[in-house]
Amino acid sequence: MRAASTCGLAAATSVWGYVFYSKEPVRRSDTKILTFKDYRTGENNVYPHLAVVHGKDAEKMVRAAIDRIGGMGRFVSANDKVLLKPNAAWDRQPEQAANTNPAVVGAIVKLCIEARASEVWVTDVSVNDPYRCFARSGIEDATKRAGGKIKLASENDFVLTDLKGESLKVWPVSPFYHKADKLINIPVVKHHSLSKCTIAMKNLYGSLGGQRNRLHQDINTSIADLATAIRPTLTVIDATRVLRRNGPTGGNLSDVSIENTVIAGVDLVAAETYGIRFLDLKAEDIPFIAIAEKRGIGTSDLKLLNVAEIEV
Amino acid sequence: MIRKILTLRNVRRIYAAFFLLLFIILLWLTSFNRMKGYETPLFLELDPLVAIASFLTSWTVYKGLALSLFVIIGTLLVGRFFCSWVCPMGIVNQVIGSLFTRLRAVDAAELNSYRVLYRFKYYVLALFLVLAAFGSLQVGLLDPIPFVTRSFTTSVFPAANYGRSWLYLKQPLFNGGTLLGLIFLGVIFATRFLPRFWCRVLCPLGALLGLFSRKPLLRIWRDVDLCTDCKKCLGHCHGGCNPHSELRITECHVCMNCIEDCPENAIHYGLPKPSSSAQMPLDVSRRRLIESVLTGVVLFPVMRSTFASGTSPQYRVIRPPGSITEKDFLRRCIKCGQCMKVCPTNVIQPALLEAGFEGLWTPILINRIGYCEYNCVLCGHICPTGAIKPLTVEQKLGKSSGQRQVKIGTAFFDRGRCLPWAMNTDCIVCEEVCPTSPKAIWFQTFDVQLRNGMTKVLKRPFIDPTLCNGCGICENKCPIRDHAAVRVTSIGETRSSLNQMILKS
Repeated sequence: MRAASTCGLAAATSVWGYVFYSKEPVRRSDTKILTFKDYRTGENNVYPHLAVVHGKDAEKMVRAAIDRIGGMGRFVSANDKVLLKPNAAWDRQPEQAANTNPAVVGAIVKLCIEARASEVWVTDVSVNDPYRCFARSGIEDATKRAGGKIKLASENDFVLTDLKGESLKVWPVSPFYHKADKLINIPVVKHHSLSKCTIAMKNLYGSLGGQRNRLHQDINTSIADLATAIRPTLTVIDATRVLRRNGPTGGNLSDVSIENTVIAGVDLVAAETYGIRFLDLKAEDIPFIAIAEKRGIGTSDLKLLNVAEIEV
Repeated sequence: MIRKILTLRNVRRIYAAFFLLLFIILLWLTSFNRMKGYETPLFLELDPLVAIASFLTSWTVYKGLALSLFVIIGTLLVGRFFCSWVCPMGIVNQVIGSLFTRLRAVDAAELNSYRVLYRFKYYVLALFLVLAAFGSLQVGLLDPIPFVTRSFTTSVFPAANYGRSWLYLKQPLFNGGTLLGLIFLGVIFATRFLPRFWCRVLCPLGALLGLFSRKPLLRIWRDVDLCTDCKKCLGHCHGGCNPHSELRITECHVCMNCIEDCPENAIHYGLPKPSSSAQMPLDVSRRRLIESVLTGVVLFPVMRSTFASGTSPQYRVIRPPGSITEKDFLRRCIKCGQCMKVCPTNVIQPALLEAGFEGLWTPILINRIGYCEYNCVLCGHICPTGAIKPLTVEQKLGKSSGQRQVKIGTAFFDRGRCLPWAMNTDCIVCEEVCPTSPKAIWFQTFDVQLRNGMTKVLKRPFIDPTLCNGCGICENKCPIRDHAAVRVTSIGETRSSLNQMILKS
């Protein structure tokens, strides 16, 4: 009996050694690397490419802009989970224009709910403390009032995603991008000293975690890579207040100019190109617009497009 | 039925559970999105040792610390009730001690009777009060409320959060957190060998309350006519105060266990009866007391004759915004860690020896972990002793008229590590995140020649020391992760007249 159990132990030891024998010092688990889905809905040429609305009341402006390009029903179907990506990167108040105007975010949440989205999530990977950013930007309050939810990712939640870009390969990405069905990009128009402007394309930066401050080393290719990998359902640019200097943080009301404009469209590059006029820039000044256009992400020549300007 | 449940012992247990829970909830509430005006430093403010020692160092009873008068007056009337009814440290020791040690009756009687060792806490108290009288506030090292607050903030809460993110969005990290955790566990582990080891032997607050409870109005009395000397009263005694003979009144926690353990109803709480036993006064040795006072007399000049933050500015000792001058700071800081708990970016860290021995576990800013959030002033509003004065956002940013922004240090570039300076690579993340307006970090555009002969247009960053407030977000977000190419040191801090470099500032 004793001999048998000794033999059994010896056998088990050999089996253990055989099964776990490895030339690697550490066993690696195979983490699945995801890719972004295409959030766009089908092409539709009945509506203008861009709707530009001037006015005072942010909610009316957003409604008018989205109605002009086909209404939210064109983009959001019943029971969709919709992810909104405003710029909520900084611990600043709405008047300082470092973050997206909360009234614009609130209006889009409402429109999504009216289009019978099952859930509306608002997220960002903030630069400052996320709790403070969402609370003090007013976006948390506006979202909750309109019936949406704030979703913040903790460090462990980020999912490795292959962006398949020229300078951006595999990066940790906020998990909600993989859980949502539709993505609405809601940037604000701001000055930025390295990339010259941060509007619709650079706003997608806020999907990444990890050591994303390295992106500055090749910022134009990185922004173009982001716009290539992430194709939002819709982009609504908040140009109600524009941060013209000292961006992207701002902080001083003298840096802000009131422009009272909202721009909506599917074409990220076209929307971006419209937005840069508030910063006195031209499309040829900005290399990432050219790179994105060359890759076929969108059109920067607004003369080729149908742009509807509305007053409300 | 109700009589059976609502025994004195159970009433005390209900209070103890309530106060322990309250302590944990208040500490949990100590964060930006949960505070909403709750009196989160309540336990620290109820602590009479904090009030008295910080009074000795600076002759003020700061704001909420006046609440500790309730504990002092209560102790004068009803005895040392705080230790077993309110104190979270005492309750944690009692609960964990009784969970992990089951004593035979004979051992319990042995371990729960008074020992000469219990005098030790009075010497600890004497040492701390002497140091305080000279102007060095060291009570926070062993005062149970700062001790338990610090331990929970820097080790218990972060460990409970580990891998789950249900307390914090970002896992908090603390400088030397394991050390603080091990000290806390070590103290609790000592209850394996002697019940309530901390409370009976070490606790200077217990000693102070012992002094106040030398002659309380109401107390435990033993009726000598009824007592049969069975020693059952020692079975669950918290304080080790000898209720079976002449009670050591200064050690009694009024836990009420002896009353219910006595089979003869010989023990009662209240006013004395003619047949009540005599009681023992405070037991300390005069020689040892003089010894510990002398230790303080010697230790103080020793601590003040070293190269430390109290004698000369230290570049790593970046104090939270609103901190008072370093000498006064060391007079007021009790190392409780509330500011570390409330800080939204985790930048406030317990110092090890950066500020010298005197500054052990005082708050310093380590910008690799976090940075000082530009619009945030929470640490000053939570500080129970005024070591960090409460600022309004306008005061901190210098937005009210005639005021300058509060500087906690100044950032410097290390051009040998900075990507645009050393490696001709685009970066200026520091300029992007710089929160002041206009930005303290600015850039110049250079045409540089690369190794292959090509020229490149490049932006290289500079610091404007008059605009920099030392917040450290540049150091925190610098892509040179391990040792940033832009680093903040304490020079130029508003609170110091010595630690300055620019003539016209």
